[in-house]
Amino acid sequence: MHDTEHASHDHEESFIRKYIFSLDHKTIGKQFLIYGLIMFFVGGGLALLFRWQLAYPDEPLPIIGASQQYLDEGEVVTGADRMWERIYDSDKEEWLETNMPSGVITPQFYNMLFTMHATIMVFFVVVPILVGAFGNFLIPLMIGTRDMAFPILNMLSFWLAVLAAIVMAVGFFVPGGHAAAGWTGYAPLSADPQWTGVEWGQNLWAISLLIQGFSSLVGSINYITTIINMRAPGMTLFRMPLVIWSLFIVAILLLLAFPVLSSALALLIFDRLAGTTFFSATAEGGGDPLLWQHLFWFFGHPEVYILILPGMGIASELIAVFSRKPVFGYRSMVWAMIAIAFLGWIVWGHHMFQSGMRPGLGSIFMTTTMLIAVPSAIKTFNWLGTMFRGSIRFTTPMLHGIAFVSMFVIGGLSGIYMANTPVDIFIHDTYYIVAHIHYVVFGGSLFAIFGGIIFWFPKMYGRYMNDALSKIHFWLTFIAFNCTFFPMHILGVGGHMRRISNPQQYEFLQGFEGMNIFITMSAFTLGFAQLILVFNFFWSMYKGKVAEQNPWHVNTLEWEAPTPVPHGNFGQIPTVHRGPYEYSVPGEESDWIPQAQPEHAPATSGD
Amino acid sequence: MLQWLPENVSTFGQGVDNLFYAIYYLTLVVFILVMGTLIVFLIKYRHQEGKKADYIEGSTTLEIAWTAATTVIVFVLAMFSYPQWNNIKSPTQFPENPDVVVQVSGKQFNWDMTYPGPDNEFGTDDDLELENELHVPVNAVVHIRLTSIDVIHSFFVPQLRLKQDALPNRFINVWFEATKAGRYEIPCAELCGFGHSGMLGYLNVHTQADYDAWVQERWPQ
Repeated sequence: MHDTEHASHDHEESFIRKYIFSLDHKTIGKQFLIYGLIMFFVGGGLALLFRWQLAYPDEPLPIIGASQQYLDEGEVVTGADRMWERIYDSDKEEWLETNMPSGVITPQFYNMLFTMHATIMVFFVVVPILVGAFGNFLIPLMIGTRDMAFPILNMLSFWLAVLAAIVMAVGFFVPGGHAAAGWTGYAPLSADPQWTGVEWGQNLWAISLLIQGFSSLVGSINYITTIINMRAPGMTLFRMPLVIWSLFIVAILLLLAFPVLSSALALLIFDRLAGTTFFSATAEGGGDPLLWQHLFWFFGHPEVYILILPGMGIASELIAVFSRKPVFGYRSMVWAMIAIAFLGWIVWGHHMFQSGMRPGLGSIFMTTTMLIAVPSAIKTFNWLGTMFRGSIRFTTPMLHGIAFVSMFVIGGLSGIYMANTPVDIFIHDTYYIVAHIHYVVFGGSLFAIFGGIIFWFPKMYGRYMNDALSKIHFWLTFIAFNCTFFPMHILGVGGHMRRISNPQQYEFLQGFEGMNIFITMSAFTLGFAQLILVFNFFWSMYKGKVAEQNPWHVNTLEWEAPTPVPHGNFGQIPTVHRGPYEYSVPGEESDWIPQAQPEHAPATSGD
Repeated sequence: MLQWLPENVSTFGQGVDNLFYAIYYLTLVVFILVMGTLIVFLIKYRHQEGKKADYIEGSTTLEIAWTAATTVIVFVLAMFSYPQWNNIKSPTQFPENPDVVVQVSGKQFNWDMTYPGPDNEFGTDDDLELENELHVPVNAVVHIRLTSIDVIHSFFVPQLRLKQDALPNRFINVWFEATKAGRYEIPCAELCGFGHSGMLGYLNVHTQADYDAWVQERWPQ
């Protein structure tokens, strides 16, 4: 088949067209990746601030906090003391003075910190990297096409996300502070400024998420259209790599779920600014706080699967490639993802077992929720099956893939406790749920993200990431992650509530001080370990070892494209002859057969 | 891990704890089996020179087996859980004729306890309002009318294995029977504003004699 359209527009593009307002899916993917990494540091930094407060309640922060002498006697000893002296002497109401006088985090600021930590991590880190970066970069390359169906919409999607981040950032500096009602924004706390004292912070939070919703919507339409219409000849749906399946399913979830959040946010803004009472509970108002919870979680639970499904897709790629084996039960992997996505729509009530929702509904939601164990188990066993009788290469991306599976097993099993209504009575709103969500979204999604970055970096930037640094980063992250989040299960079993700024106020939590300090120390280690990743990322972009075209010997189409991938991706659009995981086929000399390799031709090295 | 659970002092708490233990051992066994298998595979099937992976596309039998096994476990667990849940939360299944009825109302950042007094009716002159102190007799059925006057709070007594959100403009019925006298904390478990941390009431479970004396003191006959 001759490709008449010559897509490599080789004319020189201006810097702005090429790197800023780019229409190229690869550039937009990289933009989302860097965007996500920057926001990762903002979100992580906020977490370290409130972890300090939990370990050392009401003690001044290190470095910027005032010294004990200054607090006791007003004697200026350190540089930080001088700074506070200057702040207290000035007539202006300084930001630092409002939020952390002398370096001590106020309860209101504490609420803002965990609210914004979760908001940023969910909406500005994990979704932009998994869906925005990997989705954009991988979909056209892996299905064998030149770009997305709607390149201008694609660019719009990124710049809307930037606008959303700017609006969200402004919220930190408005009078009254940023949103402090939790990332779930439960009404009426979020719906009326009188309950929190937060004025424009909460409004900007809602507006920013509305914009982010449009960004996701535009992106998801693009992904769905591209995957349905633009697959290379021979690329049937069941020849698509699992990561593309996962992104396809996630795009459908985003398309259907985000409008629900947008509607809820619009109603919230009306309640706050126009005096409506959709979520308020006054007898004459006619609204109901539970309406917010239903709308939020009807979006929120599919959102949780939006956060994990692409991670599952990436892990499947990594495990198959580095076990040199086909994915065990490819079709059941696809159907399991579809089942998870479908069940995701009928389990939202498990967030509301203790909310005052009719108890009979609790039993129904318990049943649907526990059923998610079935497709999750199918996936886990299939990953094990993929490694069974394989030839496992312990590359750094593979380590991340294995970590993904192990952490997902813990996160999945801990979910059963909360799905169980009677047990949930006790552990609801405790650190148990904090442990669970972090095992799924950090232990799961982020390990997949790290693995994916290292795996596709050679295709993105034409160079390898430094392997020694990557390995140090992996082991530090893996150990510090478990030291940070595993003890939170124990806190939860002890009844330690989430979202409290000072556990020392409670007699029954007195025994947990040491554990909270340990968690904080581990969290700081975890945070610093991420600096290694970012240094490695930017350093390798320019100084890394130059990579060949297909360094890991992978079958899928993105490795058919030259490195660095030109505008238009492929010289001639490849034709697909087989499924994506034909590794170690008996009778073949090579242990891999690229999807684009014609039948009965001798295997050639892609280098 | 479960030794970290606070002591249980309610009649239904043991049922909750039993389920907790059942799930704990179930998940522990699954975890050990899955991780054990994973580690064995990682060691046994590591790359060795001259050894190629086996080409295995999957196994329908295995897929059906683990799908069926997981489904059965899920439904068995659910069957054991329904009665416990209904016993604690379904108002139709509460023990009738409570010994004490109290209205508990959350407000930023206290618990208001209202006793109906000897006439057993709320909103009359003999009502007694107490801030953050709840008094009940041991081994007696207590009904609580839970509400809030501002935002959502959550009534949590760890030792009773009891948690229920309090909603403004809505009355939710809660019950418990404490089995051991003592003073227990009632933290708020739902974010309710800047004073959420430290919003704390106390449940005083008295022996019957002490409780009678307390009643006598409050409402002298």
